[in-house]
Amino acid sequence: MPLYLTEDQTMLRDTARAFMAAEGSIATQLRHWRDIGCKDGFGHALWKQFAELGFTGILIPEAQGGLGLGHVEAGIVLEEIGRNLTPSPFLVTAVAAVEALKGTPHADRWYPGILAGETVAALAVDEAPKHRPERIAMTAERAGNGFRLSGNKQFVVQGASADVVVVAARAEEGVTLFAVEKGAAGLDVEGVRLADGSIGARMRFDGVVDADAVIGEVGGGEAVLARVLGAGRAGAAAELVGLGTQAMGMTVDYLKQRKQFGRLIGEFQALQHRAAHLYAELEIARAATLKAQQLLDEASPEAEAMVSVAKAKAGAASRLAVQEGVQMHGGIGMTDEYDIGLYMKRDRVLAELFGDGAYHADKVARMRGY
Amino acid sequence: MADLDQFRTETRAWLEANCPPEMREPMRDESDACWGGRNPVFKSEAQRLWMERMAARGWTVPDWPRDYGGGGLSPAETKVLKQEMARIGARNPLMSFGISMLGPALLKYGTEAQKKRFLPEIARGEIRWCQGYSEPNAGSDLASLQTKCEDKGDHWLVNGQKVWTSYADKADWIFCLVRTDFQAPKHKGISFLLFDMKTPGVSTKPILLISGTSPFCETFFDDVKVPKDQVVGEVNKGWDVAKYLLGHEREMISGMGLGGQGESLGAALRERLADDPVLRAEVAEFDVDAMAFRAMSERFIDELKAGMAHPAQPSMMKYAGTELNKRRHELVMAAGGSDALEWESERSRGGKAAREWLRTKANSIEGGTSEVQLGIVAKRILDLPGA
Repeated sequence: MPLYLTEDQTMLRDTARAFMAAEGSIATQLRHWRDIGCKDGFGHALWKQFAELGFTGILIPEAQGGLGLGHVEAGIVLEEIGRNLTPSPFLVTAVAAVEALKGTPHADRWYPGILAGETVAALAVDEAPKHRPERIAMTAERAGNGFRLSGNKQFVVQGASADVVVVAARAEEGVTLFAVEKGAAGLDVEGVRLADGSIGARMRFDGVVDADAVIGEVGGGEAVLARVLGAGRAGAAAELVGLGTQAMGMTVDYLKQRKQFGRLIGEFQALQHRAAHLYAELEIARAATLKAQQLLDEASPEAEAMVSVAKAKAGAASRLAVQEGVQMHGGIGMTDEYDIGLYMKRDRVLAELFGDGAYHADKVARMRGY
Repeated sequence: MADLDQFRTETRAWLEANCPPEMREPMRDESDACWGGRNPVFKSEAQRLWMERMAARGWTVPDWPRDYGGGGLSPAETKVLKQEMARIGARNPLMSFGISMLGPALLKYGTEAQKKRFLPEIARGEIRWCQGYSEPNAGSDLASLQTKCEDKGDHWLVNGQKVWTSYADKADWIFCLVRTDFQAPKHKGISFLLFDMKTPGVSTKPILLISGTSPFCETFFDDVKVPKDQVVGEVNKGWDVAKYLLGHEREMISGMGLGGQGESLGAALRERLADDPVLRAEVAEFDVDAMAFRAMSERFIDELKAGMAHPAQPSMMKYAGTELNKRRHELVMAAGGSDALEWESERSRGGKAAREWLRTKANSIEGGTSEVQLGIVAKRILDLPGA
């Protein structure tokens, strides 16, 4: 498999690019929902449009009405989401939750709504400010016909508007995933606005769910969670690559317009070399991300390490892009009116999502035995 | 696809049968490379056999046409061959500037007669080439080179000096940039000339480097007579050839960032990192960057083969690959501590770590400095305005 997009994938990219630029733009989506104080932080009408284009079913098997495509294709959509900072449940619902429910009876229950763009599903893993899925402490104790879930979750992206939340908890047998429906007894959800205008949630669980809520096997959650997080991390990497690429593009354009000392600031070598270095970092991040997506689609044993590489590298490249972006825009880069600052805020959120660069570098080191 | 699978099976079997076991061990240093030439120096019989067997199949240059000594393989077959060689850790059978630099330029710009004359002997490793580009006053600003080449009717007459000529003292022939027009703008008076290093008037003097080795020479031309048919491309249009060739050189140098066939640096340094958490973190970040760059290299090669790569992308690769390689050796030195400082002892294999570390400092200077590459990326890819 060559490390570039196939013809079909290029067509999907062109479709996603045109659609997202027109319908998912910062002015019509991010700023609109932020400025009216929307409790969901995204538009349900846009989520329906995603569904009409088939995006929400990219990872859903054809037999269940989806497109049966892979992580490369999901990444293509996410890159365009990243470019436009388009708020949507795509990453957590159409990528993470779809992976979590795949091959279980829960898929029959939730896939139709996801395919229709009517259902939002979220993933509740983190329990502390940093992503540490190895240390899940939330308990799942057998109680009657089901399990009593006790504990707290935070940074549950789209958790405030989710119809169903995939929750990782620790049962006697080991980590177990549960599909918990909105309004379940003993589930307390607090919507939290984040720095980028998106809405996360803190969740408190103290209630009993039916045994049917278990996804897969009791105690078998670790392998599923690894797969779900792999998909989510590769997806977040793709979104970061899109975000960083757009931030760089805006900045390079600005260097070609802004004049100081009687010339375009893009003529200054100090800025040229920094822009060129940034370009190199983003190209490398893009390659690492595509490689990770391809390995995931091939179910390669090397996928896990490469996904961590992609998330770490894309995070670093995108961070450089937004930092250089704000700095090179100068004063106007600090204003809310200009978009570049929105990129910096979104980058910060995506950097933490599913593990930051330090977490993933450490993970790579452990996988390599040091 | 079935054909490719069959090719893979056959290639695997042939390599198993023909690649000597010694040639499947990693090269310890630059001296383990096989360079061929008129008076080849083989470190072992296995090294000679391996080069000759690969050359006989045209697999020293698998993707060159068979007519010119190549293997005539398709891009997909070439990739399979490389994968199968990597699978068993097979060494490159022949290191050659003829293969990596001159060959591609001749294939694009050479006359049929030049291709027939020079390419097969490159493929067979019979002639070792060196590159005469830099001059004492033409480094980053290469196009200001001053080596004079006069048209004397039935021959060219060359006078001047080159510097940083890699292995000029060991090379049989040189491909050389010379000035054939001193009136024209600097890029438009340059020609690309080939000649035998045994020609009267050619002399070389090795340069001792900080690593204690002398891979580079000063090369002097004093009334060197060169036959008229040894210009590649048109007279005064040598800069086009040079730029094309530099792209290939950058690809080769950027490949150095791959270092050590993709082995994790942290895995190699494991024991030395155990009680050094800050260094371990730096190495982990390096490994992330190295794995990401390896994906970039794969993507770059795939895009080149498909004709999709930006023409200035080799500059990005050269910049990123060489900077990465320098970082690798800084980390190796830090992990090695005072062990890595030993310069001559057998324990240190003659100061291998320190000498390699110092050698890498040239990576981001030779073949166009990192700053030159960044300038090219800024102007040609990002389209930033000229200063």
